[in-house]
Amino acid sequence: MSILVNKDSRIIVQGITGSEGSFHATQCLEYGGNVVGGVTPGKGGQDALDGAVPVFNSCAEAREATGANVSLIFVPPPFAADAIMEAAAGGIELIVCITEGIPIAQMVEVKAFVETTNSRFIGPNCPGILTPDEAKVGIMPGFIAKKGTVGLISKSGTLTYEAAHQLGVEGLGQSTCIGIGGDPIIGTTMLDLLKMFEADPETEAIIMIGEIGGSMEIEAAQYAKENVSKPVIGFIAGQTAPPGRRMGHAGAIVSGADESAAAKKKLMAECGIIVVESPADIGRTVKETLNK
Amino acid sequence: MKIHEYQAKELLKAYDIPIQDGVTIEEIGQAEAAIEQVSKELGAEQYVIKAQVHAGGRGKGGGVKFSTSRASALENIQNILGMILVTHQTGAEGRLVKKVMVAEALDIQQEFYAAITLDRSKGQDVFMVSSEGGMEIEEVAKTSPEKIVKVAIVPGFGLRPFQARNLALALGLEGAAAKQAISMFQKLYKLYRELDCSIVEINPLIVTEQGDLIALDAKMNFDDNALYLHTNVAEMRDLDEEDPAEVEAGKYNLNYIKLDGTVGCMVNGAGLAMSTMDIIMQVGGSPANFLDVGGGANVETVKNGFRIILSDENVKAVLINIFGGIVRCDRIANGIIEAVKELDLTVPVVVRLEGTNADVAKEILANSDVAIISADSFEDAAQKVVQAAAGN
Repeated sequence: MSILVNKDSRIIVQGITGSEGSFHATQCLEYGGNVVGGVTPGKGGQDALDGAVPVFNSCAEAREATGANVSLIFVPPPFAADAIMEAAAGGIELIVCITEGIPIAQMVEVKAFVETTNSRFIGPNCPGILTPDEAKVGIMPGFIAKKGTVGLISKSGTLTYEAAHQLGVEGLGQSTCIGIGGDPIIGTTMLDLLKMFEADPETEAIIMIGEIGGSMEIEAAQYAKENVSKPVIGFIAGQTAPPGRRMGHAGAIVSGADESAAAKKKLMAECGIIVVESPADIGRTVKETLNK
Repeated sequence: MKIHEYQAKELLKAYDIPIQDGVTIEEIGQAEAAIEQVSKELGAEQYVIKAQVHAGGRGKGGGVKFSTSRASALENIQNILGMILVTHQTGAEGRLVKKVMVAEALDIQQEFYAAITLDRSKGQDVFMVSSEGGMEIEEVAKTSPEKIVKVAIVPGFGLRPFQARNLALALGLEGAAAKQAISMFQKLYKLYRELDCSIVEINPLIVTEQGDLIALDAKMNFDDNALYLHTNVAEMRDLDEEDPAEVEAGKYNLNYIKLDGTVGCMVNGAGLAMSTMDIIMQVGGSPANFLDVGGGANVETVKNGFRIILSDENVKAVLINIFGGIVRCDRIANGIIEAVKELDLTVPVVVRLEGTNADVAKEILANSDVAIISADSFEDAAQKVVQAAAGN
């Protein structure tokens, strides 16, 4: 078991004929995932990845023809919001958007739109999902992870790699690694994934890597306090980050919460999360926790 | 992106929202003509001279002065234009005032607060008002949050008329003033949404002795991701208000923020970059900057990164911490060596490369003829660079 993606996932890539899209689609295919097609409006009927997969004009068409249930999006920012909504309306179960730089107001509408469908959406501006030895849906380098029992949730890309690397040094692997993205509006939160990892029998411990800003880590920690039986190890990047250089007050007033690293770590610890102080100690702490 | 008060007021005006108007000048030679224009066109007999900088707290810092005559207006312009304004948002070094708004003075009966921004946790915009307008709004939020009334905007539906009415009611407005408020709030949300603002804040929003509702001040921030949709807004960017090194970094798509320490950092990815700063602090050093070189680190990005880091003369050592994913570490190592040679670096450089071909990369660094200190782990790298900075 794992969460979100596995060897049976049938993956299409939106924007597969672009340079980013074709490069990473090839990488996902080489990792061993079932990349079954691509979508580029106007290029339906052609093929991509050196003839390996067909290209369709729409997600609905691609799903009809291939039975796809996962879509990976590399569409440029001005068209990405529309691409996500198309995938959701087309009945794709899991949508992963890698694109960085989508206007936030458009993402507010995308999130509301996706919530009216049965789709789950991850991202945008994220490295995607990796279930070791089964499927890679995103841009994480495959070699960083290996099969294991630690669920890894992270707001940040390279810090996810760092954590996976540290686990490897300790001889540990992952059930699934997910980069959720650090944008103000994202499709799937830490809390959503915490619930899934708690329900996944293969996962024995969960790592949550957060950052300053927002209150997502706190919401997840408060849920974990009562509802998660597995050990949760948390890290918050940005202890030394300067306080946001802002001009007005509205940002501070709206959340009402202290979003600094220190405040988040304190609240997380109060909820029973094992908080790691040094970013170099993530792997070691998981090892010690599992050995207890 | 931030803009000045006078620019925000231009946008409000374009949306037919009543503002405290005025004329903005950059040179003292324009002062008398500006006062004349404000007197003539706006019928003002008294004036407010307002420093235009990208920071709040201007009034307390002495950057806003009430002037009862043309002579005192001129004197206040002379004092404010060119001053170093220090507020709680500028830092101790303050900000040089390069522009001044000569505004009409208005008779204030009541002061309110109105703002729109995104509520990240709900994924919705939120419109907030408070009857306690003026300078201490964050204090109000802490001590009596019930005095800030919030309305959530359902995505795609905009601010509905009943919501605007509720906001006006929350301010205790009646009659003509309530009508003005309802119309203003709807226009304000339209502006926020159409121009992809991240914050619109009117503080204070005033009712004059004559019963008119007017935006006395205005702050606006914009979503950088959406600036390509609004060239008129993008043109309002004032580079004088930004750190020159940060502007330079932006040209190369590098994300740089200057800090006060002595250890320069070059890292790929924002989370890893913040963590690198954290660990430097934990082992007893102090980071000189945040620098995220992005996903595709190559010779050019490394070179540009070095140039920007070393433009800060406090830097005593540099740590490069790169986790090679798609990019191979051996190529990054060669890039670092080339950059160090070409730029003739005099500060010690500690390098930690992890990921694809990391072993090959370490060998390349060890066998090179440049003085690079190679590190094995995250912690090792932090300790080595802090030692190097202390000894330099």
